[in-house]
Amino acid sequence: MNGQASPIVAAEALTKRFADVAAVDGLSFTVNHGEIFGLVGPDGAGKTTTMRMLAGVLPPDAGSIVVDGVDVIADPEEGKQHISYMPQRFGLYEDLTVDENIRFYADLFEVAADVREERARRLLAASGMSQFRSRLAGQLSGGMKQKLGLTCALVHTPKILLLDEPTTGVDPVSRRDFWRILYGLREEGVTILITTAYLDEAERCNRLALLHSGRVLYCDTPTALKEHMPGALVVISSPSGRQVRSAITDLAGVSNVILVGDGVHAVVDDAERRIPELRDALQRANVPFTGIAVGEPSIEDVFVALLENNGAAQ
Amino acid sequence: MNGDRLSDPEIVAEDLVKRFGSFIAVDQVNFSIGRGEVLGFLGPNGAGKSTIIRILCGLLRPTAGRALVAGIDVARDPERVRERIGYMSQKFSLYRDLSVEENLKFFGGIYRVPRQQLPERMRFAIDMAGLGGREKALVSTLAGGWQQRLALGCAVLHRPPILFLDEPTSGVEPTSRRRFWDLIHSLAADGVSVLVSTHYMDEAEYCHRAALINQGRLIAIGSPDELKRTALGGELLLLECDSLGPTLAAIERAPGVLDCSVFGSALHVLVADADRSLCELPRYLGDKGLPLTRIDRIHPSLEDVFVQLIAVDSAKRRIAA
Amino acid sequence: MKFRRLKAIAVKEILQVWRDPRSLMIALLLPFTQMFLFGYGVNLDLKHLPVCTFDREGSQLSQDLLKHFQATQYFNIAHNAKTYAEITAAIDDGQCGLAIVVPPDFSERINDTGTVPVQAILDATDDNTANIAFGYAAAVVEGYSNDVAVSWMDRQGKPLQQIQPMVVQSRVWFNEDLESRNFIIPGLVAMIMALVGAQLTSLTISREWERGTMELLVSTPVKPIELMLGKLMPYLVLGWLDAAFCLALAALWFGVPYRGTLFALFVTTSLFLIVVLSIGYLMSVLIRSQVGASQIALLVTMLPTTLLSGYIFPIDQMPKVIQGITYLIYSRYYVSIVKDLFLKGSSLVELSTPIIFLVIYASTVMLLAARAFRKRLD
Repeated sequence: MNGQASPIVAAEALTKRFADVAAVDGLSFTVNHGEIFGLVGPDGAGKTTTMRMLAGVLPPDAGSIVVDGVDVIADPEEGKQHISYMPQRFGLYEDLTVDENIRFYADLFEVAADVREERARRLLAASGMSQFRSRLAGQLSGGMKQKLGLTCALVHTPKILLLDEPTTGVDPVSRRDFWRILYGLREEGVTILITTAYLDEAERCNRLALLHSGRVLYCDTPTALKEHMPGALVVISSPSGRQVRSAITDLAGVSNVILVGDGVHAVVDDAERRIPELRDALQRANVPFTGIAVGEPSIEDVFVALLENNGAAQ
Repeated sequence: MNGDRLSDPEIVAEDLVKRFGSFIAVDQVNFSIGRGEVLGFLGPNGAGKSTIIRILCGLLRPTAGRALVAGIDVARDPERVRERIGYMSQKFSLYRDLSVEENLKFFGGIYRVPRQQLPERMRFAIDMAGLGGREKALVSTLAGGWQQRLALGCAVLHRPPILFLDEPTSGVEPTSRRRFWDLIHSLAADGVSVLVSTHYMDEAEYCHRAALINQGRLIAIGSPDELKRTALGGELLLLECDSLGPTLAAIERAPGVLDCSVFGSALHVLVADADRSLCELPRYLGDKGLPLTRIDRIHPSLEDVFVQLIAVDSAKRRIAA
Repeated sequence: MKFRRLKAIAVKEILQVWRDPRSLMIALLLPFTQMFLFGYGVNLDLKHLPVCTFDREGSQLSQDLLKHFQATQYFNIAHNAKTYAEITAAIDDGQCGLAIVVPPDFSERINDTGTVPVQAILDATDDNTANIAFGYAAAVVEGYSNDVAVSWMDRQGKPLQQIQPMVVQSRVWFNEDLESRNFIIPGLVAMIMALVGAQLTSLTISREWERGTMELLVSTPVKPIELMLGKLMPYLVLGWLDAAFCLALAALWFGVPYRGTLFALFVTTSLFLIVVLSIGYLMSVLIRSQVGASQIALLVTMLPTTLLSGYIFPIDQMPKVIQGITYLIYSRYYVSIVKDLFLKGSSLVELSTPIIFLVIYASTVMLLAARAFRKRLD
């Protein structure tokens, strides 16, 4: 993937407090030109607050934000010329049709009528929404609403796209369409900053920042993140998960044993060393199992392991 | 699509239909859940998961079809059903301005837990939630994960044999989520049948079986493994290369390739025969001057499965229409 | 300021109002119902007051007097009592609010001295009605008294000119009923416009905050002044339509005579509309909940307009301090303008003082509203 590693968005030591709680607490990261960057973390991690600060609609208590060379804190209105923001909550008008919404936002950004028409036609076709142009936005399904939101955000060809949890609760087909559009935009050189609470969606990004309690736990590519995982993930397939768990939980070097539908996942510090030990323990305890192997950890596995290292479990 | 028939199931849905005016929220759903089984209802918002759960709880009347919970017909005798079930709703429905203890006592009263048993049941719930020592704390001061476990505790005070959990893990941290699923499994091991709905596809891995719901229809049901193996109709490969765009274009026309898409900085390719393609594709692309840096077999995610099944289902519906 | 953005905002607002039943009801139904409710309901005149009579003499003269009561539309003889006890009972029962007692030596004293007092007993639990009833009764008696004086003068051979002034007075008194409506209805139009105008705009900004559309809007380069003007324009047009409707009703249905120019009406009404629409908009900016904004808007428009604008209660009858406060009430200026336009036909120049006050008001509120709007989420 050829991208210039030139930062186009830089957040430094961002802080925002609500009453006594620091929603964002000294957050820093950079986004390179033309990449899809994910801000990933569970609810309450500070993703939406961060996005709002980047969009210039919420001033931070401390820190700095530079977007495309503009100091967003000093001049938020100038910053807004360079970005397009799609908030988590559906921000379009439910009592206006698809076309009327697109037209409104095109006019706000002073897009010429013929340009608007061409772009709208293309984007709506890519979203499978061409036949819904005169439908009221309130009558669209969740997935279509999000695609409409994206269409309105793109009608003025922004350089930088800020998307706050655009695919939460959306049906998989729409989610796939959505990402197809995003990948297409990436080819055109648009920089995309996206937040998500689906940790597995993080894998779709070029780089990601794992957020927890308003801070960045880790920031790199998904592959590097997985390599960074302390230890290895072992997958044990068995019909009696609980028995497996009791047999191996207290073994040395074994942690994070969780039950899954068809067995158990566990994290070990050294796969080569521990797998035979696990096998022995299970055989000794007479626990039936059909397989023990190293598995690829999911982003969630890595996240939980990293959190544990920081002693921040709830 | 016919669901499995288990011997002596605790929950049965037969041709269940629910209409709101002209909108069909639940469309001919069939499934059953056995004792001690955890069934996951997977699907996006608005798919009908909550509606089905509400019918099973006796909160909504089915328009057609039948639902049996613990052998009781929910349409005919909803009150009796409610004595046998525990229900945890999306927003946890705890009283935020009451303490942990007060909430437990309240729900104990609502579910008519016998007086003598209540202290012991409350102890059980508090231990399960890990809230020992914080009985007097107001619920509003507890973080999301604690509230979630407490809500589960409140739902099982009366030892129901059946548990309905409607999106119980929304807005909760991964570590809390795992702990929660652990609790569900211990309850299941004690013989409780659990029906959980969620829009996080990966949570299906925690269930014995998963049912995929889309637009009111149940389009597949089976263990996560089964679904991944059979639904796709092919095997999934991961490709990494230098130029995504051209490689994608070339792959689309390659022999044996059923489907391909971009995924992050790589490509996911669905092929009919993985072994063959692992040999042939690097050569095919190499001939076009598009070298690969990596090619591996990978497991499909449940989302891939879901998308494929939806496509199949839509095709079937178009033919039937 | 970009005109294109302004137009986009105005068009969007029009579409939304058109599709929102609540806004349409406020805009169309409310003025209509208020005009008829208040136009017919608020009536400072009294007619067909039930009267109880006690004729202690029973002569032709006394019966003559009582016939005068029966003859007017203001009174209805409900009961002819034979004793004081009966009268008291009748008043207690509510059968009548006024009792007229003619003394037993009525004819004798008229022929003798020329004057005789007639007793009026009033139920004063409703002070206003009692006062008005007494006024009417006095007028009836005075009318009768004139007739008696005329015939006496006649018999005496004295000239009639001496008693003319008294006759004229009674006529003015009797015509009061038409004028009360002429005073009330123009003021009523002002009250309705104040109410409707502020209600319409009080929802516009707060609704966007509540629905979540404002978050997206403030992330765009749109300017607060563009937002305000774009949103107010459609409501101004709607306000004109409403005002035209109410004023037409006033002139054509209720028959209030209109003596001014249409141009003056248009200019002054526009000014007033700008004031009330801006007030509603300001409430919407300051209070981010729809219910809250519309309630405060109601408070800030209806109460002051009803009590302190001179619409029903005359300002010059109020204590001096309160009179001073009414200078701050914007509707006071429009009420006086409208009354003058209807009844006196004043020109714009003659109305310059209240017009200038309205202009100051309009500019101040609009400035406040534009400055108060923050493109921030906190």
